Amino acid sequence: MAVKVKIPVPLQRLAQGKDEVEGEAGTIISLINNLDQRYPGLGERISEGGKLRRFVNIYVNEEDVRFLKNEETVVKDGDEVSIVPAIAGGIKSAKVKKRVSE
Amino acid sequence: MGFVHGLKCRECGREYPVAPSYVCEFCFGPLEVVYDYEGIRKVLTKEKILSRPQNLWRYKELLPIDGEPTSGLHSGFTPLVRADKLAKIIGLKELYIKDDTVTHPTLSFKDRVVAVALTKAREFGFDTVACASTGNLAHSVSAHGAAGGFNRFIFIPASLEHSKIIASLVYEPNLIAVDGNYDEVNRLCSEVANKYPWAFVNINIRPFYAEGSKTQGYEIAEQLGWKTPDAVVVPSASGSLLTKIWKSFKELKQIGLIGELNTKIFSAQATGCSPIVAAIKAGVDVIKPVKPDTIAKSLAIGNPADGFYATQVVRESGGFGEDVSDREIIDAIKLLAKTEGIFAETAGGVTLASAIKLIKGGYIKEDSLTVLCITGNGLKTQEAIVGHTTEPYHIQPNLKSFEETLKKINEK
Repeated sequence: MAVKVKIPVPLQRLAQGKDEVEGEAGTIISLINNLDQRYPGLGERISEGGKLRRFVNIYVNEEDVRFLKNEETVVKDGDEVSIVPAIAGGIKSAKVKKRVSE
Repeated sequence: MGFVHGLKCRECGREYPVAPSYVCEFCFGPLEVVYDYEGIRKVLTKEKILSRPQNLWRYKELLPIDGEPTSGLHSGFTPLVRADKLAKIIGLKELYIKDDTVTHPTLSFKDRVVAVALTKAREFGFDTVACASTGNLAHSVSAHGAAGGFNRFIFIPASLEHSKIIASLVYEPNLIAVDGNYDEVNRLCSEVANKYPWAFVNINIRPFYAEGSKTQGYEIAEQLGWKTPDAVVVPSASGSLLTKIWKSFKELKQIGLIGELNTKIFSAQATGCSPIVAAIKAGVDVIKPVKPDTIAKSLAIGNPADGFYATQVVRESGGFGEDVSDREIIDAIKLLAKTEGIFAETAGGVTLASAIKLIKGGYIKEDSLTVLCITGNGLKTQEAIVGHTTEPYHIQPNLKSFEETLKKINEK
């Protein structure tokens, strides 16, 4: 059992058209770097210099990693990671909405 | 004319041509308009500005349009009111109210941004304009869109107060009342904007729309005699207005219309929705979304799009932020009305009440020339102060009854 990683529509082209891929347990940043080896070009869209990009939100089991340990948040097998672009002025993800209404 | 180079991602700096787009395709950062300031510097003089009509288009070279303006031709250039009575009470030597309660035609600063958005929408060739809103923006898009002959789709939460719905409906837009809260309306509009070729002023037209807020800053500087104040207190919802006022001051300096720029920018929020001020107070860059719970509904954005940039402006300028309770908001609305004769909506109460706290806290000094941005008219949010005003004197229709009451009034 691996980590489930949900890929948003604008990045699916880089993930061979998949909306969900498997990732490795560990920190978020290592998971992204590993994904980038399998899907070249994906990593730089999500992070830069080892830091998450400001307008890409990442959720681990529906919790925003900004309120966990950011890119150092550790995920284990069976966890679900969602990558969600934070589109200025609009909120696309039901998970973000959930966050707001909590 | 037209001094716009293109659009640029605020995060990664990638450049894009002028188009109705708002998100960087690469890193999802917001796009911002880039100008040719050297070109503007050569043509835009104080004399030229002063020779033009008193509306926001007197600064048109600094706005993102290519041709002549076609919307909001009477918007902007609101009074900068010297507020000596209020200044004395709150402990300042020189205080001004930037009074956008009288912006033409819908009585809030949203007429500034919509004037620019609809002029740009027409340049792009759109025949339909749209927005997601809880009030002021809905009124403004409905009105400007009607005058401009656009089809209009206005999305609101179905639970909005009746008075706010009427103030949009009178312009006969297609008013879409969504069974959901504002966040859900906003999310729906992002999907609609992706599917229909419409100009959503605060979505795909946002880079242009937001630039309209700069005109409030240009006017403050011009009305002070081509200088910027020591302190400006700005109500913050998305955080956009605050960042654009700062941008406007920097631009005026860059093109040589003002000399020094030593203004501190202060953010004002309601305690029931203060994600930006919370980040400023904590000294962090991360905006933690909140669920809004405040009477200041026009500021109730729990996940502010420009929140990060607002915190950066406050830090860069040496300002701070303050948040206030519903009770403090109501008291401040009444104080502004009874001292200066200006009836502000709840956001204005937030601004004044926050300013009072910032003065008490020593963040704004007694001798700081201070401007309060009052962005909307109190007639729109009367329900917020129902039960908190004085009562009328009820009399019979005869002189005796009046004089009995007059006696009581004089004895008070």
